[in-house]
Amino acid sequence: MTGLKMPEPDSGILKRRDEIIRALQQRVPGEGVISDVDEMRPFESDGLTAYHQVPMIVVLPSTVEEVSAVLKYCHDEGIKVVPRGAGTSLSGGALPLEDGVLLGLGKFNRVVDIDFDNRCAVVQPGVTNLAITHAVAHEGFYYAPDPSSQIACTIGGNIAENSGGVHSLKYGLTTNNVLGLEVVLITGEVIKVGGKHLDSAGFDLLGLMTGSEGLLGVITEVTVRILKRPETARAVLVGFSSSEDAGACVADVIGVGIIAGGMEMMDRLAIHAAEEFAHAGYPLEVEALLIVELDGPEAEVDHLLERVEKIAKAHNAVSVKVSTSEEERLSFWAGRKAAFPAVGRISPDYYCMDGTIPRHQLPRVLTGMREMSEHYGLRVANVFHAGDGNLHPLILYDANKSGELEKAEDFGSDILKLCVEVGGVLTGEHGVGVEKRDLMETMFNDADLDHQQRIKCAFDAKGLLNPGKVFPTLRRCVELGRMHVHGGKVPFPDIPRF
Amino acid sequence: MQDRFKPETVAQVLDVISWGLSNKKPLEIQGAGTKRGIGYPLEVAATLSLSGLTGISLYEPEELVLTAAAGTPLAEIEEVLAGKNQELAFEPADFARLLGSTEANSTIGGIMAANISGPRRLKTGAARDHFLGLKAISGRAEEFKSGGRVVKNVTGYDLCKGLAGSWGTLAVLTEVTLKVLPAAEQITTLIIAGLSDAEAMSAMSMAMNSSCEVSGVAHIPANLVSRSSFSDLAKSGASATLLRLEGIAPSVEYRATQLQTLLGSLGSTKKVTGVDEIWRDVRDVHYFAENQDKAVWKISVPPAQGAIVASAIAAEIPGVEYYFDWAGGLIWAAVPAFNNASQTAIRQCLKSCGGHATLFRAPEEARSTADIFHTLEPGLMTLTKNLKDNFDPSGILNPGRMYRTL
Repeated sequence: MTGLKMPEPDSGILKRRDEIIRALQQRVPGEGVISDVDEMRPFESDGLTAYHQVPMIVVLPSTVEEVSAVLKYCHDEGIKVVPRGAGTSLSGGALPLEDGVLLGLGKFNRVVDIDFDNRCAVVQPGVTNLAITHAVAHEGFYYAPDPSSQIACTIGGNIAENSGGVHSLKYGLTTNNVLGLEVVLITGEVIKVGGKHLDSAGFDLLGLMTGSEGLLGVITEVTVRILKRPETARAVLVGFSSSEDAGACVADVIGVGIIAGGMEMMDRLAIHAAEEFAHAGYPLEVEALLIVELDGPEAEVDHLLERVEKIAKAHNAVSVKVSTSEEERLSFWAGRKAAFPAVGRISPDYYCMDGTIPRHQLPRVLTGMREMSEHYGLRVANVFHAGDGNLHPLILYDANKSGELEKAEDFGSDILKLCVEVGGVLTGEHGVGVEKRDLMETMFNDADLDHQQRIKCAFDAKGLLNPGKVFPTLRRCVELGRMHVHGGKVPFPDIPRF
Repeated sequence: MQDRFKPETVAQVLDVISWGLSNKKPLEIQGAGTKRGIGYPLEVAATLSLSGLTGISLYEPEELVLTAAAGTPLAEIEEVLAGKNQELAFEPADFARLLGSTEANSTIGGIMAANISGPRRLKTGAARDHFLGLKAISGRAEEFKSGGRVVKNVTGYDLCKGLAGSWGTLAVLTEVTLKVLPAAEQITTLIIAGLSDAEAMSAMSMAMNSSCEVSGVAHIPANLVSRSSFSDLAKSGASATLLRLEGIAPSVEYRATQLQTLLGSLGSTKKVTGVDEIWRDVRDVHYFAENQDKAVWKISVPPAQGAIVASAIAAEIPGVEYYFDWAGGLIWAAVPAFNNASQTAIRQCLKSCGGHATLFRAPEEARSTADIFHTLEPGLMTLTKNLKDNFDPSGILNPGRMYRTL
């Protein structure tokens, strides 16, 4: 990945930089256009800090009309555009382009409408994930998807990446919690899909936009579903002497029909790092730790906790601790939620991966990772959204040691390839971005990727929005539009008989 | 005579589509054909039925995942799932009686292509929300896949969403992978009798805004209750507001008590456990199964506006009958078929609050002249056409079924 190739900068565009700045200033007055290199520096990278590139120009519009005018201009002039929310992407989704306009949506930070009767909130894309919950909490509501970066990440970015969180088995990903969008297309046209009602008319453009990583349009307004907080939530902390036992316990909990609000697993290295950092009261003499959270009506939670305890004991749990207060429940989570920074303390650098696997493949994948760890000479700590199979291996390395970053990246690629090999996928919630772009071919063949790119062609035929992300080879839409015909006909002119 | 192909392998499906493409022969794409009556009538050279492409190839209950060939009958899938106390949580409907269809074996491919969901839509999501992965063949006669078999997956564009609700106009599904969920141990319905539409809206909203986790919220006005398959309801003569609670027994009982406390002052309440037909009637629109000469609209609106929209429609269309699902967000309305099934009035009533209306059932004549699917704004229509041109450039898959120019 360190040999990452981005689209070749267009020297014709770069030469016109001054003229383009003036044109953009006409469309976004005041301080909305930034062209000083030092002032653009904060935008050169996102959460995937190994890559950085100062953009040609940064534009920070504050109205839909300005977004529309900027995009129309860029479309007419053939200028590339990279949209950006809070810049917390872990896959390089907002990595700027040397010859591109970086379009920051940070000024779109208003909660537009809270509609409890229709159980939805209408917000601008720059509102943070957690701010939505804060805006509706006084009536006992919340917004369900809760990525770990929820204090900082914006809902616009969540839509672009289809963000998840620790509760997604029960409450779904972003895509299951969005009702409507206002989108500005690269042509400058403003469209609305969905609204406060369920299911859109026509094709499900809402579903296509969500998780499209800024390649299809720029989101300027979002309507999300809000939920009433469950009456109560309690968690149980279970230690196991092997990850196999922990995995089998998870399978059994789900197998008997319990859909927990959250089910998180950590391995020994992650447990120790987290405990040292957060003092969550985790048992240290275990190989795997499971946090199972049950939420809902009190009668249900009490009943199910008993069942989960029984199942855990049947799978050789060596320690079982049920939270007896809200304070204790939160302390169980404090360790898990601090796992990334905690690992950051035991290693100069770490590289966070994000594959998803069928849960029963966990032992095989963990064994594979142990072997890879020996092969590369790098340690790996594992945190795992056990309920939905989403694995976050943290590869520990030291960027100051020559060659270690490359080794960490190769290690990461090997893990993701293994995830695909066992029936899983490259990314569960962080997105493809530039990070996993060149691995897409391990999961998809040419026809698969061509059909995905045809979605892109339907929205942005010139390929100006966020090029260089998601697809390993950007094919021109004209080329993709061609039919594979021989002598005017596809190879099957005869009437099928069977 | 129209050719009818019923391939039994994916290779044969590809052959048929290649043939259609080569010879510019448009194809009508079907599962079992149970929903043929929805959409514009097609004028095509041949029919491609997927009903010969059957079989469940993967079912792992502990992983909550099932993969089946597109033509697998829904009934077969539901039976296999029931064997492990699981189900398709989006509660796919069976519209055979509503549409007067003689075919009763909906296929899973047809359900997903039409994105058909039942009353639980408001809690658990639509068919598209449980659609994890697919294999399909586009109008370019090329096979492709998308998604996977895990719930948490953001690898590439979500073509499952793109194809759900596209009614076979973009690609032909050959295999689908679905998220499945545990079935509830107990199903209890709280029935509140005698509420007006407006009172029902407020009761439904209170239930939805409580932490009682209702999984079905419907209101049947008094003039329709006699058509219920549940005799207690049919005999009651009063409107019925239906609130469904599902889960383990102690939880359901606990929440039922809470709901009764919350809503008991609004009208007389009654608690019924089991009785599947209460929700089957709502889901499958049995209330309008008779009187096939009437047209039936499916209208999606912001739930709190349900009664307002319904009363506006009633003021415009004499003789309209309707009931509410999705806590007011789904209005099923039966109207006289003449005058394009009153489409202008229906759609006018939606203008102020947003939403969309689909002419779900109508006699052939009205189907040919009315706008069956909701007319899209020009920008959305352009995108829709672009998608069609990219996936089916020769227009051989269900041409004109959703929109005349598509």
